[in-house]
Amino acid sequence: MLGFSMKHVITKLRGGLVSPLALHRMGILGMNARNINYIARYNDRDKFPVVDDKLNTKRAARRYGIPTPELIAAFETQPTRSRVLKLIEPLWQFVIKPARGSGGKGILVIVGRNGDKYKKPSGAEVTAEDILRHVSNITSGLYSLGGKPDRVMVEALVDFDPIFDNYSFEGVPDIRVIVFRGFPVMAMLRCSTHDSDGKANLHQGAVGVGLDLATGKSCHAVQRGLRISRHPDTEMPFDKLKVPGWRDLLRLGASCYEMTGLGYLGCDIVLDRKRGPLLLEANARPGLAIQVANGVGLCTRLKHIEKLDLEQLEKNVDERVTYSMQEFAAVTPS
Amino acid sequence: MSPRAQVYILAALLALMGAGLTIYKNRVLGFPLLPGEYRTVWTIEAKVRFNADGGPVKAALTLPREQRNMEILGETFSSSGYGFNIIRENDEYRAVWSRRAASGAQSLFYQLDVHQTPGAPLEQPLDLSTEVQRPLLEAREQEAVRLAIYSLVDYAHQRSSDTRTFTTQLLTALGDTGNQDRNLIFGYYKDLTLVDVALVVLAAADIPAHRIRGLYLEDDRRRLDPEDLLEVYDGRRWVVFEPTTGSPGVPKNFFIWQRGGKSLLDVEGGRNSQVTFSVIANDVPARDVSMLSTSKEKEALVDFSIYSLPIEQQSIFKLILLVPVGALVVVLLRVFVGLRTSGTFMPVLLAVAFIETQLFTGLSIFTLILILGLWVRFYLSRLNLLLVARIAAVVVTVVILMGAISVISYKLGIEQALTVTFFPMIILAWTIERMSIVWEEDGPYEVVVQAGGSLLVAVLAWWVMTNRYIEHWTFNFPELLLVLLAIILVIGNYTGYRLGELMRFRQLVR
Repeated sequence: MLGFSMKHVITKLRGGLVSPLALHRMGILGMNARNINYIARYNDRDKFPVVDDKLNTKRAARRYGIPTPELIAAFETQPTRSRVLKLIEPLWQFVIKPARGSGGKGILVIVGRNGDKYKKPSGAEVTAEDILRHVSNITSGLYSLGGKPDRVMVEALVDFDPIFDNYSFEGVPDIRVIVFRGFPVMAMLRCSTHDSDGKANLHQGAVGVGLDLATGKSCHAVQRGLRISRHPDTEMPFDKLKVPGWRDLLRLGASCYEMTGLGYLGCDIVLDRKRGPLLLEANARPGLAIQVANGVGLCTRLKHIEKLDLEQLEKNVDERVTYSMQEFAAVTPS
Repeated sequence: MSPRAQVYILAALLALMGAGLTIYKNRVLGFPLLPGEYRTVWTIEAKVRFNADGGPVKAALTLPREQRNMEILGETFSSSGYGFNIIRENDEYRAVWSRRAASGAQSLFYQLDVHQTPGAPLEQPLDLSTEVQRPLLEAREQEAVRLAIYSLVDYAHQRSSDTRTFTTQLLTALGDTGNQDRNLIFGYYKDLTLVDVALVVLAAADIPAHRIRGLYLEDDRRRLDPEDLLEVYDGRRWVVFEPTTGSPGVPKNFFIWQRGGKSLLDVEGGRNSQVTFSVIANDVPARDVSMLSTSKEKEALVDFSIYSLPIEQQSIFKLILLVPVGALVVVLLRVFVGLRTSGTFMPVLLAVAFIETQLFTGLSIFTLILILGLWVRFYLSRLNLLLVARIAAVVVTVVILMGAISVISYKLGIEQALTVTFFPMIILAWTIERMSIVWEEDGPYEVVVQAGGSLLVAVLAWWVMTNRYIEHWTFNFPELLLVLLAIILVIGNYTGYRLGELMRFRQLVR
């Protein structure tokens, strides 16, 4: 019975499978290769705490002059009811995050108030009681890896640059830049959709927009693995999209290399209306979906950087960004 | 050295070590590579009977120690009322029963289990006496016998080229009832057996020889008398002959009890003593035979292994040793397929539970507990509890559910459901907790994907772990764990694509 059903599943799946050789020719980076050849080789374990704990990231970023969203408060341990209530009482907009949450879990965004109720971006309302429960869940480690007790961060809500308003539904558009040995190698914009329930995770139905490293223009857009040219909810065509202040944004990403010391790094960056690019968080194990969004494999670019000699690797942030913008420009902007 | 090279070298070493130990255990210690191999173990019982005179009694029985192709697995002595010990005299082991006073019919038992192994039966360079005592046949009435013996010797001598062929010729002649010389000799030695007569004639021909006592191992034989073989020295080696056919070599199923001429049984203080034998064949799993034969030699590999544990702990280890196999299945599915599961090794624990509960009972109980637990958990999440308290509440709920399932199914007459207790409660509680978070964060679809993935991995792991070959190898050759470790190390170095990625990135290839 087992054998039969397995066979059935396999024959059904085969239609959707491609040959590993084809992927290899495309220079697609696989999960195993990423873990062994890049994360294990270039990311020292002792540097992980800087990125795994967002409070640490924030502190390091301040030291290196990298702008981040404003931290309102942080709770190291389970805070008392009154402390939390006192803190959120005067606030209209804020974000509550676990310092060690993974995969965007446990992030509560409040965009406004309606009397005693707090409004979420979806329009749903939560009470102060719900927020207290959320805080207590975070401190007891519900969202952290391995259920370890966690710290709570209360951040100011980013005043998003309206440029992306038409490219995002309900949620926060953020830009992911992969930085390899200090060189930005690939970037994408993640736009939430109705499908993804306001979340920016590609596997949940968000749109991934590949960005041309040279210009910050959209070069490729994908939802659920299928290429699209317009945002599914707002009908905005992606080919008009251009990220403003692109060079600054890449500079911010590239400077995260010095800050974290991690060779293979994913930086999540948001654009603030007034402050420009802000580092939301850094990731020592960035996902592979960026390849799908760009329609390009990472391997080719990573290998290119690996071939550079020492002198080239010792360039400063500006030189590295210039190099990347030249070297990794989209071949045929479409 | 690069880490990758280190991994390969380490893996090669581990695999070699594991495989080497396995081969050693199979070849030298006789542990069977395949399950269900049986070996024949012969149980031989010697019964000593005599009538005691009423005074002190001492009975000495020669014990078998000579044969190399028969492995003695164990022996028991029964000697109610008798003092017993084993003494060694003249290179022979003798069992000695003794008692201050005994009268009437006495029975003493000695029982041993032997197992036939390949190889030569007898050790060759042997310091057995090659002294020959020529028979004394000087009296007048013995003239005819003497002449008959020498004529038989001449007859065999002419028809042979060396001692071996001579013995064969001689034994054939002694078996030929048409031979006049032979009849005359047997007429004179009325109460002697063929081997006795052959020994007399061989002595006359100046050839060193002695008797070998033993038994033919045939199943279900009772009240057997010991049989004799003839061993002859040909100037360099001792050669065994079967007396009735005259062919050299120890017969296939022959169990040698005593080599050399001394008596088999000596009884002091008793009369009408005799030894009879009975033989039974048992088919015993090959592993048990190896265990028995190695336990005597204190083979370090066996002595310092789980076999030295009590049986109860061994059966626990039987299960524990399967866990690495389950882990390998998880590694394979995650590295090569990229299956998502809830909790990395949770499926292995599930699979272990399935081994105890049987697959379908286990699957249905797990699903039932998961669904009921999720349901309770959703209510609990509305009560604003602290995480630890909530998980503890889920643990209690799971325990109550388990109890309820057991009682209800028992009342309904479904006894299999009683095995519900084999499920690891804490793991179940955590799984429920994780699943409910996944439900809240990523929706029920993701719950189904993860639970389905976990169950698929668990079923596959169960399927592999219950394979009788796997069970046999993990328990009997724990050294294979080193090979398993080597495989896992090598897999840990795999940088190729996962099956799931071939699908995930399919849009990129056009």
